Parts: sequence; C-alpha cells; structure tokens
Amino acid sequence: MLKVENLNVYYGAIHALHDISFHVDEGEIVTLIGANGAGKTTTLHTISGLIRQKSGFISFMNKDLGSVKPHKLIEQGLAQVPEGRRVFAGMSVMENLEMGAYTRSNKAEIKKDLEKVFEHFPRLRERIKQPAGTLSGGEQQMLAMGRALMSKPKLLMLDEPSMGLSPILVNEIFTIIKEVNKTGTTILLVEQNANMALSIANRAYVLETGKVVMEGNAKDLLSNDDVRKAYLGS
Amino acid sequence: MTLLLNQLINGLQIGSIYALIALGYTMVYGIVKLINFAHGDIIMVGAYTALLVMTGLGLPFYVAIVLAMAVCIVFGVLIERVAYRPLRSSPRISSLITAIGVSYLLQNVAQLIFTPTPRPFPAVFSVKPLVIGELSISFITILTIAVSVALMILLQFVVRRTKVGKAMRAVSEDMGASQLMGISVDKTVSVTFAIGCALAAIGAVLYCVAYPRVQPTMGSLPGLKAFIAAVLGGIGILPGAMLGGFIMGIAESLTKGYISSQLADAVVYGILIVVLIFKPAGMLGKKTREKV
Ligand SMILES: Nc1ncnc2c1ncn2[C@@H]1O[C@H](COP(=O)(O)OP(=O)(O)OP(=O)(O)O)[C@@H](O)[C@H]1O
Ligand SMILES: [Mg+2]
Repeated sequence: MLKVENLNVYYGAIHALHDISFHVDEGEIVTLIGANGAGKTTTLHTISGLIRQKSGFISFMNKDLGSVKPHKLIEQGLAQVPEGRRVFAGMSVMENLEMGAYTRSNKAEIKKDLEKVFEHFPRLRERIKQPAGTLSGGEQQMLAMGRALMSKPKLLMLDEPSMGLSPILVNEIFTIIKEVNKTGTTILLVEQNANMALSIANRAYVLETGKVVMEGNAKDLLSNDDVRKAYLGS
Repeated sequence: MTLLLNQLINGLQIGSIYALIALGYTMVYGIVKLINFAHGDIIMVGAYTALLVMTGLGLPFYVAIVLAMAVCIVFGVLIERVAYRPLRSSPRISSLITAIGVSYLLQNVAQLIFTPTPRPFPAVFSVKPLVIGELSISFITILTIAVSVALMILLQFVVRRTKVGKAMRAVSEDMGASQLMGISVDKTVSVTFAIGCALAAIGAVLYCVAYPRVQPTMGSLPGLKAFIAAVLGGIGILPGAMLGGFIMGIAESLTKGYISSQLADAVVYGILIVVLIFKPAGMLGKKTREKV
C-alpha cells in the first residue's frame, strides 16, 4: 500500500535519511522505531510532502507521490498525526475535528465518522466546546488522532503517540490504535517506546542515524538480543 | 458637552476607518507573521480607483466602492503571490524588507502615473446632516460608522463560523498541521489578503470622503495609524484591531478638540507606548501558552 524506496533527505548539508526503504501492506501495523534524531519524523514528513526528498521514491496505492502537493495527500487516504500533537490550540475540540474532515463534503458520512471518533474517545465528546489548548496532554493526543480519523484515512501515520504520557494512558492509546486497525485502517507507527510499539505491530523497522539497520517480524525483534540491548533497556 | 459629543462622534468615524484598515494588517500578520507595509498603499490604490471611476467614468459612488474593492483585491493577491509567497520560508526580515519595497514601488508608480499633485475627491452626499439639539451629525459619519460596524460583525461571522474562516484560523495557528488536514495554505493566504484589501478599499473610500484629497503618498499616514491600532489592540487578534482603531480615532479627535491639532499624533503614539509598557502583547493580547 505504501512503498518507500531509497529515500535520501537532506537538511541543508545534513544528510538526514540515507537510502531508506520500507513498505507497509494493507491492514498491517508497521512500526519504525529508533532513538532521538534517528530520522523518524523526517521520514513521515517526507511521506506527507512537508519535506521533499533529494532522491528516492514514495508511492501510495501504486501512485507516485513525488508531484502530489502536501494538502492533496489526505484525499488519497493518507493522514498523519504529527509529533507533539499539533492540535489547533485556539480552536475548540469540535472545530479541530471539523478541520480533520476539511476535504470531505458528505455531511451524513462526516457525522457517522464523528460518532466513531467519539466511540473511540468518549472524553472528547464531553469537551467539544473546550479550546484544544486547554486539554491535557493525553486528551490532546486523542484529539490529534480523532482529527486525523475524521479524514477517513486508509493509512494512518502516527508520530510518537506515547510521548509525554503516563503508562496507563499509553496503554489506552495503544489499545485504541489496535482497535482502529481492526476497523480496517492500516497503521504506520513511529515510536521511541519500542516495547509498546513492537507489542502491537506486525512488522518493524529499526532506524539508526538515518539508516534502516534492522527489519523483521515485530515478535522476532522483541526477542532479538541486539534490539533488547539498544531499545528495550535489558 | 456638545463639543465633547461632536469630537466623540468624529473620533468614532475616523476610528472605524482605522479599524477597517487595521483588520488587514492584523489578519495578514496572524496568518503569515508579516507586517505588510504595503497595506497602507492599498488605501491609495483604492482611492485613485474610486476617484477615476467617479470623475473619469462618471459612475456613482456605490459603483466606485465596488470597483475599488475589486482592484484592491487584485493588487493585494498579486503582491502576495509575486513578492511574499516566494519568501514564505525565508527569514522574516526578508519579507519585511520586501514589503517596504513594495510600498515604495506602489507610491512611485502612482507618482509617475498621477503626478504628486493632490487631486480633490468629489463630494458625494448632499444629504442634510442629522440635527439633534445643538449636535449635527453628517450623513457620511453615520454611514461610515454603520458600514464599519456591519463589516466587522460580518468578518467575525466569517472567521468564526464559515469553513474558509476556520481554515484561516487553522493556518494561522499551524501551517504544517493545516496542510496535513488538506487545507491549501496558498489559497487560504490569498483569501486572507483579499479580505484585508477589500476592507482597506472600503476604508479608503470612506477616508476620501472625510479627507477629500487623493495623492500618491496618502496611504502612509492612515496606514501607519491603522498599524498602530492593530498593535495597540494586539496584533493578530481581530477584535483587538477594532478596539485599537476606535481608541486611536477617539484619542486623536479628543486631542484635536481639547488640546491642539498638532499634538494629536503625539498623543496617539504616547498611548501606544504606555499600553505596550504595561501589556506588551497589546490590549487584548495574551501571552501565548503552549502545551508540549
Ligand atoms: N529542520 C531541520 N533542520 C536541520 N536539521 C534537522 C531538522 N529537522 C531534523 N533535523 C535533523 O535530522 C535528524 C533526524 O531528525 P528527526 O526529527 O527526523 O528525528 P526523530 O527520529 O524524529 O527524533 P525524535 O525521536 O527525537 O523525534 C536529526 O539529526 C535532526 O537534528
Ligand atoms: Mg521525531
């Protein structure tokens, strides 16, 4: 469904991504794990078109994304929950969700998906009028995910959804990610919390200083000694 | 008492014009973080357009307003497209200097075409003033205030309730995240410039009726005052620009009435300085709170 081939990305002189290749198949949960500065956010931003690669190809549903403008991607079914949530702080919860459905026009369908979002995140329903900036970190993460789901994506990319959340909340969020996947949305999950990510993913890629250094079944990686040492702290 | 009321009403009139123009500064700042120094000169573009439509083509005032709006929108959108958009990801100082350049360009081209000599703006209304006791309020004063207030309410509605208004707020909060939502930043920025310039055009025509002299540099002073009004109220905040505009107008007109005309500008700058000392973000400005 998503195919990334030999991607090279630079920030000025800094070579941030070296020949990165990976793919995500329909229905999967695939995770990219790696330490700070490994290039995870850069990878997602390049897929979303916010950064342009120097070389390499990205295709989604067999369509080359090279010339697609970033704001057109969501109509193709590609949504991203960015690192740090980036909810629209001055806008209400409801308005944030509306922005997620910005490109859609079928009101009845939008309403249905809004109900689905509220089923996943009942806490958002209680707060529809509240400015997003006054939500707690966990609620903001839920809103950011809900907002992305409002576009009815085929592939949902999540950038460190566990960041800054308590273990209980992390569990909650990851349970919801699994639920969303079960309802037919493919997931590309970027995480530093390798343990959690590997526990829900089908497959994983390990990123180190802009290179894919390992890939495989999530279960295999979870029991791999190198991975345990480097990312799981044991 | 009559003097006080008269000056207050005059202040509201000029203040609502400042407010209309200030909205353009504040909207553009809110969305692209640029102080658009050329915005004042859009007033001049609007004024010449209205003048030519009325004296050259002999068309009525209302047509002049509509055409002035159209021409100003075209100018504003083109200026953004050609001069500011290519610099959107450059350091902010580059676009600031470009804006000053655009301002000079507009003024100088206007001097070439129209010469620096001021031209009189035709008197448009011969309606009798409204007389209440000793107070007499001209029709244009009432019209100016009413039109401005109506436009401000309309703008608030657009920004709060409509899809394009929500997109404007989203882009002004986070351009990257807006793109991820499928919002076209370019289109939204163009719409913002268009609305700002349409309001400036209406402000320009109303300004010309109050001060009937049209010349190439005429936009500088009201432009500067509207900019101060925007900063005074809190740049980037729409109600702030309106409040700032009214305060500027009233302060200016009271100073003219009770102290001296020469001091009017000094008082206005004084208010700005005092407000910024106590509230650096402007009267309605908040310290930005962000959660990580
Ligand atoms: N705008 C930028 N300008 C210059 N260098 C950048 C920029 N953004 C990222 N980098 C560099 O690119 C590399 C990869 O950064 P990236 O943000 O993709 O890492 P990450 O894996 O998402 O890290 P984290 O887990 O901390 O979010 C880092 O070395 C970083 O310093
Ligand atoms: Mg990151």
